[in-house]
Amino acid sequence: MNILILGANSAIATAAARRYAEQGHDFFLVARDTERLAQLAADLEVRGAGKVGSAVLDFLALDQHPEVMVQVTEQLAPIDLVLICHGTLPDREQSEENFAYAQQQITVNATSVISLVTCLLPVLKAQRRGVLAVVTSVAGDRGRQPNYLYGAAKSMVSTYLQGLRGRLLEYNVHVMDIRPGLVDSPMTAQFEKGPLWSTPELVADKIIVAIRKRRHTVYVPGYWRLIMAVVRSIPDVLFKRLKF
Amino acid sequence: MKLSGWGRYPTINADLLTPASHDKLADWLRTGRHEPAIARGKGRSYGDSALAETVLSSRHLDHFLALDGDQGELHCAAGVTLAEILQIIVPRGLFLPVLPGTRFVSIGGAVAADIHGKNHHQDGCISDHVIALSLMLASGEVRVCSREQYPELFAATCGGMGLTGIILDVRLSLKKVSGVFICSENRVAKSLDHCLALLDEHSTACYSVAWIDCLSSGAASGRGIVYLGEHAANPAPVRAAPSARDPRLSVPFSTPGWLLNRYTMSAFNTLYYHRQSRHEGQSLVHYQRYFFPLDSLGNWNRLYGRRGFQQYQLVLPGDSARTGIAEILRRVADAGKGSFLAVLKQFGAANNMPLSFPRAGVTLTLDFKMEAELPALLEELDAIVLDHDGRLYLAKDARMSEAMFKAGYPDWERFMKVRREVDPDGCFSSLQSRRLGLDPESATLATNPTPANQAT
Repeated sequence: MNILILGANSAIATAAARRYAEQGHDFFLVARDTERLAQLAADLEVRGAGKVGSAVLDFLALDQHPEVMVQVTEQLAPIDLVLICHGTLPDREQSEENFAYAQQQITVNATSVISLVTCLLPVLKAQRRGVLAVVTSVAGDRGRQPNYLYGAAKSMVSTYLQGLRGRLLEYNVHVMDIRPGLVDSPMTAQFEKGPLWSTPELVADKIIVAIRKRRHTVYVPGYWRLIMAVVRSIPDVLFKRLKF
Repeated sequence: MKLSGWGRYPTINADLLTPASHDKLADWLRTGRHEPAIARGKGRSYGDSALAETVLSSRHLDHFLALDGDQGELHCAAGVTLAEILQIIVPRGLFLPVLPGTRFVSIGGAVAADIHGKNHHQDGCISDHVIALSLMLASGEVRVCSREQYPELFAATCGGMGLTGIILDVRLSLKKVSGVFICSENRVAKSLDHCLALLDEHSTACYSVAWIDCLSSGAASGRGIVYLGEHAANPAPVRAAPSARDPRLSVPFSTPGWLLNRYTMSAFNTLYYHRQSRHEGQSLVHYQRYFFPLDSLGNWNRLYGRRGFQQYQLVLPGDSARTGIAEILRRVADAGKGSFLAVLKQFGAANNMPLSFPRAGVTLTLDFKMEAELPALLEELDAIVLDHDGRLYLAKDARMSEAMFKAGYPDWERFMKVRREVDPDGCFSSLQSRRLGLDPESATLATNPTPANQAT
């Protein structure tokens, strides 16, 4: 398989890439941090990957997206799997006080994803094959007090994917929305971990299975589907009082 | 959070930090440190060598840097486990030069404890195969150390229990093998003398180790099974790469400690001895089954109950080894305190690392459930070990005295000389280093963290 990973330095992306590398696939990696990107490329090669290409991209720099995506499609064709994993967890107080910050968070978590997908659409349509899998979050299922900006950005992507899935049906391109629950990664380093937390490795394994099975909306681990169904069903009059 | 070594004794409350990159780690060392800290890999050392107020996890040092299949050279970050390494190198006809009893240790931890395996008499310790390593010092500076560059720092770091700095990555030379199978030969030993004679006789075997029934007494004292092994010569087909993940079967919670008593242990050992005796002779065994029989049962340390256990590993040099081991086995059998795991092995010569454990002689490993009478018994064993000029393994230790340590490791001053240079303020410190007097004198005296399960 030819695998394109955007946000390759995210913990989930790295874990998934390692599993795929053991199976000998070819990669193109895109991420912001040059040093860690080179480190990951070397790591994947040792683990058994075929060709590993990479490009550095600051996802906030929307104007650079088309150029980098051209570079991608020149080096990796056809693209069998696009895995989009980049994201940041905004600080609530800062995003409430400073709109520039909030906007930046929305750009990273939502707008940049749509920008990148838009750049890739002509290629995906032309090749008439492939899987587009985007990591969103269970936070997008309902806006909650601690992270509603993050949730809003993620739900924007989820809603976008719902429509795109139908649009790409006739092109034989499969669109997946992957919604992890609580993942113990550098992004969530500041939180106390409890029994509901999963490791990036476990989440990655489940994502790989879901991709193989061409699932649509995937909660990882699966119990989050139930938890979020409950969370969504709480009446607003009660929900607005919940601080979790 | 609550943290302990593999022996689950002692357990303390500690802050576990997982720095996401070298820069973050360096920043933390330069600015944020208030309390002494120690590096921790997979938490497989048994006692308190990876316990301190602040513990720095190598979890994010989990990547490979390079593999040269022709030269048999691997470069990987310190948090990578031997299981992950084997998964990658075995299908390419390469093998780790030294393997301990579990594959779930990190390579950084392995170097810090200068681990040995069933082939110590032939191939030495892990450090004998380390080409170079990168070490982050207390100042945040990274030094690449080897036998040529910073040789004293290199020597102090191999076996140095993390006290010289944080091992970031390791360059290791691997050995070439033709397949995944070990040609294993089991020999029954009817007594301790027989056992030692068999080990002596087969000193040219690549791998050799003996399990002994430590609760048998009288003429049968020290009876056991000698396991010899060679890499199978005919290239057996490499099967699907073995999993690096945790075993399927796992002990879900601590079993009541009283389940392991002198009667159940004695019965287990007798049964095991007779069962194994029936399988005397040669067989072809997958390397995982040969090297890591205990890895197939996850969290087996919980079998010893909530209070945990202590592993006691000693080495006695030269000619007096036999009498010393016999005396120790007699004391253990009299006290009725033995365990499943009593392992005997002959070591080759010691290396140049000041705190490396192995030295020419015989090593014995015993597990003891943590209980009220245990400290007194271990003190008695300490006296026997000292009498015979022996020493104890730091990676297993949670209790030995400073005097015992310094008598067993006469090179400790050479180690301290390096330590004073690279970590004058005692930034790196563990419960063990404080107990053994391995912290620089100028270090501010740290108060020991609150014990969460102090033995009574």
